[in-house]
Amino acid sequence: MADVKSSEALKPPRKTGRLAGWYIRHTSTAIAALGRLTQQPFASLMTVLVIAVTLALPAAMHVVVKNARSISATWDNALDFSVYLNKETTIEQAERLADIVAQRADVESVNLVSADDALAEFRDQSGFGEALDHLADNPLPHTLVVRPAPSNTEVSMGLLNEELGNLPEADFVQVDTEWVRRFHAILAILERAIFMGAGLLGVAILVIIGNTIRLDIQNRREEIEVTKLIGASNSFVRRPFLYSGFWYGLTGGLLALLLVWYGLYALAEPVSRLAGLYESAFDILALNVVESLLIIGSGVGLGLIGSWIAATRHMRRIEPR
Amino acid sequence: MIRIEEVTKRYPGGHDALRGLNLHIETGEMVFVTGHSGAGKSTLLKLIALIERPTGGQVIVDGLNTRTITRRKIPAYRRQIGMVFQDHKLLYDRPVFDNVALPLVIAGIGHREASRKVRAALDQVSLLNKEKQFPETLSSGEQQRVGIARAIVSRPKLLIADEPTGNLDPDLSLEVMRIFRRFNEVGVTLLIASHDIALIDQLGCRRVALEDGALQVEQEEDVVAEYVERLEAEQGRETWQT
Repeated sequence: MADVKSSEALKPPRKTGRLAGWYIRHTSTAIAALGRLTQQPFASLMTVLVIAVTLALPAAMHVVVKNARSISATWDNALDFSVYLNKETTIEQAERLADIVAQRADVESVNLVSADDALAEFRDQSGFGEALDHLADNPLPHTLVVRPAPSNTEVSMGLLNEELGNLPEADFVQVDTEWVRRFHAILAILERAIFMGAGLLGVAILVIIGNTIRLDIQNRREEIEVTKLIGASNSFVRRPFLYSGFWYGLTGGLLALLLVWYGLYALAEPVSRLAGLYESAFDILALNVVESLLIIGSGVGLGLIGSWIAATRHMRRIEPR
Repeated sequence: MIRIEEVTKRYPGGHDALRGLNLHIETGEMVFVTGHSGAGKSTLLKLIALIERPTGGQVIVDGLNTRTITRRKIPAYRRQIGMVFQDHKLLYDRPVFDNVALPLVIAGIGHREASRKVRAALDQVSLLNKEKQFPETLSSGEQQRVGIARAIVSRPKLLIADEPTGNLDPDLSLEVMRIFRRFNEVGVTLLIASHDIALIDQLGCRRVALEDGALQVEQEEDVVAEYVERLEAEQGRETWQT
């Protein structure tokens, strides 16, 4: 019986298909690595949680800025010029002027608010109704409310503003572009800051994963020594740690996504209430598919890089004696 | 199979483990290396396994000068050699089967073929019925047999063993040596470091005595010394048995 087996034992070793072997090796290593993470559920969960929060932070900030941008984009188009005409301009002159301005290509529409209309509106809304009755004459000028064409750029808007101001009848032109521009500048700074913060947090994730893998390597020092002793290459020894890093990154990324989604879900109701108060039908922009994949991808990428650095650094020092 | 030529090994601190050792081992031989602890037995095996590099001289294994084997090529080289250790060096977090399969997993051999080879190896050390057990649940002798099964599972042409019976009682030692003998009969070259001279003589294999890092000169005095040594060993054995 034993002889039969030992003659079999003399057959030269035969390798199975390269690709099949590769596939089997990797899936079994991946599953084993996942199994090891679940053996220490609390420690693994802590690591995953830290990674998730670290990823979710810049992601959530990005969502805030993205929504701010989408809101302010609608302001850009709704930006009107109020051209206050001088007191000498009659209502007929004002009507003619409104027709002329409306012909411009960079103007969508012109709405003439006569001095009387303006006063009536002011009386309604200001609560000074009684007081206004005592005025001898209407102190308000006629006003052209000029809505620029949506095709305008920032430069052509500036030009339009200047040309409206140069009209002989114009007293002065009021535009509230300044604060919109400042708002955009602030958003740009915020975006840059988030980008830099995300970079720093990425480094933090590398350190977290690297440190976790380092501890793992220390705990399995003996095993590494033995496997190297019987002919394991560095890449073979490194592989399970890379998969640990991969799982940390993947689960961290997924959890980060969940955190952001949950945050958006929790904010949706109060935001729509606020939008209702502004009579706007604003809906929160969530993360799109590309952004979601980017978060998961960052987690996986950082997990792999962090574990690769740690494994390569610490494994070299473990050699059989 | 193995040619050791003028090999010296000096460890940092100036200790000379081997001093100009010459040793040739033919393919298919089963050779025992004896000597007191510190005589250089372990160092010799470590040089062959490339755990250490010689300070001088050449170690040629299967026609390959180990000097030409770079760090990156060491793993592939080690896979050609079966190694058995005094302390078994098993992995205690996995069952016997997985321990024995490890060299095959490292070599990337498919699951079905690996299973077949693992069972064949376990059968040769009579542990087929223990493949699912964990090493801790086995006796020391059984653990050593698992270590041997792991060493031969990928059918190496050369097997080196460092004090494989060091922790075993005489009956188990003999059993282990018989297993080695069987491998030798099917063509495996074996180099075994041991101090158990009585046991070695029972097997009637070639014996190489190391002393102070070099071959012991075989002289009349040495034969006498050997006799005394054997007597002492046997006495030690008797007291051990009682």
